[in-house]
Amino acid sequence: MPSIIDVQNVSKYYHRGAESIQVLDNISLTIETGQFLALMGPSGSGKSTLLNLIAGLDQADQGRIVVDGLDITRLSETQLANWRAGHVGFIFQFYNLIPVLTALENVELPLMLSRLNRKERREHAQTALALVSLDDRMRHYPRQLSGGQQQRVAIARAIVTDPTLLVADEPTGDLDRNSAEDVLTLLDSLTRDLGKTIVMVTHDPRAARKAHVMKYLEKGLLTDAPQAVVSECV
Amino acid sequence: MRLKLLFRNAFRHKLRTGLTVVGIGVAILAFGLLRTVVSAWYAGVDASSASRLVTRNAISLVFTLPVSYRDKIRSVDGVNRVSYGSWFGGVYINEKNFFANFAVEADNYLSLYPEFILKPEEKTNFLRDRKGCVVGKKLAARFNLSINDTVTLKGTIFPGNWDFVVRAIYAGRDASIDENQFFFHWDYLNETVKKKYARRADQVGFYMIGLKKPETAADTSRAIDHLFKNSYAETLTETEKAFQLSFISMSEAILTVIELVSIVVIVIIMAVAANTMAMSSRERAGEYAVFKTLGFGGRFLVMLIFGESIVIAGLGTGLGMALTYPAARAFRSSLGNFFPVFQVDPETLYLDMAAGMMIACISALFPAWRAVRVRIADGLGRIG
Repeated sequence: MPSIIDVQNVSKYYHRGAESIQVLDNISLTIETGQFLALMGPSGSGKSTLLNLIAGLDQADQGRIVVDGLDITRLSETQLANWRAGHVGFIFQFYNLIPVLTALENVELPLMLSRLNRKERREHAQTALALVSLDDRMRHYPRQLSGGQQQRVAIARAIVTDPTLLVADEPTGDLDRNSAEDVLTLLDSLTRDLGKTIVMVTHDPRAARKAHVMKYLEKGLLTDAPQAVVSECV
Repeated sequence: MRLKLLFRNAFRHKLRTGLTVVGIGVAILAFGLLRTVVSAWYAGVDASSASRLVTRNAISLVFTLPVSYRDKIRSVDGVNRVSYGSWFGGVYINEKNFFANFAVEADNYLSLYPEFILKPEEKTNFLRDRKGCVVGKKLAARFNLSINDTVTLKGTIFPGNWDFVVRAIYAGRDASIDENQFFFHWDYLNETVKKKYARRADQVGFYMIGLKKPETAADTSRAIDHLFKNSYAETLTETEKAFQLSFISMSEAILTVIELVSIVVIVIIMAVAANTMAMSSRERAGEYAVFKTLGFGGRFLVMLIFGESIVIAGLGTGLGMALTYPAARAFRSSLGNFFPVFQVDPETLYLDMAAGMMIACISALFPAWRAVRVRIADGLGRIG
């Protein structure tokens, strides 16, 4: 399989006054197309920071990140925003749906940046909601949906633009066991059936079990998952 | 979708938005009423004609001029018509019922004021009856006066009870004309004064002069005043507008305070609206980060925040403007004797709209700036 993400010698620092804290230390990572990668590690290890960099939400201080042949570390803020709109789908721990929009409108939201007309946008959003089995909840507002349903709406929003890459930050972190299982099955089917590449940050061994590859971050250094973690996930 | 989002955001916290809208509405209402009070103060100035001059005693308006000046003034180049009159200062029933009342040389006076519309037969009846009087339409309505009713004024400057018969009721040519005035014949006053206070007879408080051409006002004024230079009663001649402004200048400090208060009201509500917008945008920092994550740019967020602010301020401004008319009517009916012309000018409404737009824009400025600048990771709270 060709690689879709190539992280080369990436470092990231956060500055607090005069103090500079290194969050990522010379990270290199290759992710193949259609791969489902789980990124694990203790809190504060830099998982979300690495995810932010891969998704183009933040800029690395050193190194390169090439996604689908494009060096995103060279892009300006505006170019990155445009790139994200067309190439990356986001799934957050707390769903981050817009509370004043219905499920259908939430899913339609990313398509406002596309050239589709209103009717086409509606059709795409309906298809995405049908894919996550929520076609009967289209007119519901987020507050009228359960946590699992809200996360499925978020997944529909993430896939509606047909992105190359899906990034998920603790997608099961706020869900009960059954809902988490539904969401993970859905993510698994996205890689299996639609060939989507997924990078997922998680603390949940059950979630990590669904991934094809597990990586472990600790104190800014990336390693293969330690045996203890792997055995917990098996 | 953008508009839907904008309106739904505006009404996300109905109570907060409702209170802010009401607050802005009340502020705009107060602003509009205060501006209207200032306009009402200047109503006489606005209604004054460029083709009329007023001549009075150069020392003060309190001092009179001899009626014999009339013929001399009429002979001055540029003068078309001369009338004269005196402030009578009569009280109707009690002092609360204040209205302006003048003794005037009626024929020329009414010709000088074509903006007072009288029915021809009523005008003729008034001119024929020495004890006749003309009252404004609003004044007649206020005291339920009809043609041929007898009105008794208690003189304050000219003591005694003075009886008049209402012979005509005038209407203003437009809404800016004061319809609360009362005129009667100067001859009637003078004859009585001659009998009772002979020393005060044949004196007038002012001359009202009609010009052939308004552009000769300055030359004609100089010529009139030159005529009476070094006499025992020197004159001061000025345009009717300048004459009216000299009254207003006496209360300039009050007007300045009213104008300042109207601005302060807007500044206070601007702070309230800015606080509402700041609270809303602080609560939505995460949502703004989501929009940015999805690829929406700063311009979209600015549109969202400014749009919401404009919806709230627009509703408040609309409410305030809608309430200004009934409030002005109520104000006029209770204080009509102090403000005979109290109408909301179109200019006041434009100022209301400008104030509303200013509230909207200034309130949205800081939240929009903050939303545009916030880093996505900070907004999502995803660092680590």
